[in-house]
Amino acid sequence: MTEEIKVTCLHDRHVAQGALMSPFAGYDMPIQYVDITTEHNAVRHKVGVFDVSHMGEVEITGPDAAKFTNYIFTNDINAIKAGQILYGMMLYPDGGTVDDLLVYRVDDNDFFLVINAANIDKDVAWIMEHAKDFDVKVDHQSEQYGQIAVQGPEAEKTMGAVLGIDTTDLTFYTFKKLEYDGKTIIVSRTGYTGEDGFEVYADPAIICQMWDKLMEAGVQACGLGCRDTLRFEAGLPLYGDELTAEISPITATFGMFVKLDKEGGFIGRDACAQQKAEGTPKKLVGLELEGKAIPRHGYEVLDGENVVGYITTGYHSISVDKSVAFALVDRAVGALGNTLSVRIRKKVFPATVVKKRFYTPNYKK
Amino acid sequence: MSKIIDGLYYSESHEYVKVEGDFGYIGITDFAQHELGNVVYVDMPEVDDEVTAGEDFGAVESVKAASDLMSPVSGTVVEVNEALEDEPGLINKDAFENWIIKVELSDKSELDGLMDAAAYKNMIGE
Repeated sequence: MTEEIKVTCLHDRHVAQGALMSPFAGYDMPIQYVDITTEHNAVRHKVGVFDVSHMGEVEITGPDAAKFTNYIFTNDINAIKAGQILYGMMLYPDGGTVDDLLVYRVDDNDFFLVINAANIDKDVAWIMEHAKDFDVKVDHQSEQYGQIAVQGPEAEKTMGAVLGIDTTDLTFYTFKKLEYDGKTIIVSRTGYTGEDGFEVYADPAIICQMWDKLMEAGVQACGLGCRDTLRFEAGLPLYGDELTAEISPITATFGMFVKLDKEGGFIGRDACAQQKAEGTPKKLVGLELEGKAIPRHGYEVLDGENVVGYITTGYHSISVDKSVAFALVDRAVGALGNTLSVRIRKKVFPATVVKKRFYTPNYKK
Repeated sequence: MSKIIDGLYYSESHEYVKVEGDFGYIGITDFAQHELGNVVYVDMPEVDDEVTAGEDFGAVESVKAASDLMSPVSGTVVEVNEALEDEPGLINKDAFENWIIKVELSDKSELDGLMDAAAYKNMIGE
C-alpha cells in the first residue's frame, strides 16, 4: 500500500533551495541543504532554522480539560501555570509509549499539545477515544499551523532583528501568543537541539514569510539530518528509536517526566510504578566506542559472546568527535563504566557504558 | 557532472578498479562520493584478507548512513590506504586518487565482466 506523500507549506522553497529531500513520517522533508556537519555547527555556534511544520497540534479545551490532559499525560500539568510548557509522554496501560509530546498550558482549561508527525493519526484517535468520558473538546489543528524552529546561541538576536519578535521575556519552556500580521501566533522558548532557541507556530502564509526573511538575512537552513545529530548529542529521545510502544519511559530512563504520585493518576501509571519498583529487564544507556567506527540503529550490543541488546541511535558525534550511541541493553550489563562491545559489520568494537548526554545543552533557564 | 577516468574498470555498485600488472586499486567513483556526501569513516579490511567479486569488503560512511563497499574483483589485499583512517574526507577531494585497497588479482578474467568508462558514463546517465 502506498499512501500519498504530504508536503509542508515550505516544500516549494526547500526544492528551490536545492535541498536533498526524503520521505519522513509521511512528509517529503528536507534532509540537508548543504551538509549535515555545516548545518549542525551553525546551530551549535550561531543560528539555524528548521521547517518542522510536519509536527502535529491538538488543542484540548472545556471544563474537564485540565483533568483530562493530566489523565493522558505522564507529567503533572498542575505543576505549571498558563504560559508554561511541559515535556512528557502518553502511555498505553502497559507502560509502552504512545508518543512523547509537549503540553502548552494556554489557560486553566486550555492545553495545546504538540505531537510527532509520524504519530498524528494514532495520537488523535487515542485522545478522542479517551476523551469520551470527559467534558472536553478535542480540536485537531495540524492543518492550521506551519512551524519553524530557530535554534542556536544567536536565536534570540535573530528573532528580534530578523522577525521583529521580542523574546527576551521568555525563559526556557515558556511561551506567549502574539499578533503578527493580523494573526495570532505562538512563540515558545523550546527546541530539539540542546541549544537555546524558539519554535513558532503560525498560519502557513506567515511561516513562509518568516522563512523568506530568515533566508534573506543569511540564517542557515537546517534539515532533518542535523536535527537528529543535534538532539542525539543532547540526550534527547526520538519516538520510534528510544521510545516505542514496547519501550516505556521507565525503560528509556526518562522517569523524571513520569509523575507517579500526581493527583488523579494517568494511563500507564500502575505499569510504570511496577517497572520502577521491580526494575525493567532492559534499560537505555549511553555507549562510547573506541575508534571511529560508527554504531548505527539496530547493530548488536555484546557482552562477551552474548547479544545483550541493540543500538537505538548512533553517530560519530560532530560536537564531541567520538563514536557514541544510545543502546537498549539488559539491565544487568547496563551499569556506568561497564565494558561491552558493538558488532559493526564483520568487526567487534569495545564500548563503555556512559551517561546518555554527550553534549551539555546551553539552555537559557 | 561527475569525473570519469578512461582506462579504469567500473562496477554497477560504483566501485572502480585501476589495474597495474597483477594488481588492482579499488575505490569508489566520483559519482558515488558525490551521492554519499562527506565521508566521515572508511571501514577497510586488513592486509592479507581475501576479497571476493560481488561481496562486501568494508563500507564508506557519511554522517547519516553506511554504504557497503562491494569488491568488483577477487584477490588478496596487499595494501590499504591508511591515509583514509585519519582523513576519510580525502575520498571527497579526489575519489580516483584516493583508492581504498590494493588487491593482488586472483582472476583477471573477472575484469571482462565490468564496465569501461563509456558504459559507466551511460549507466549513471551523464
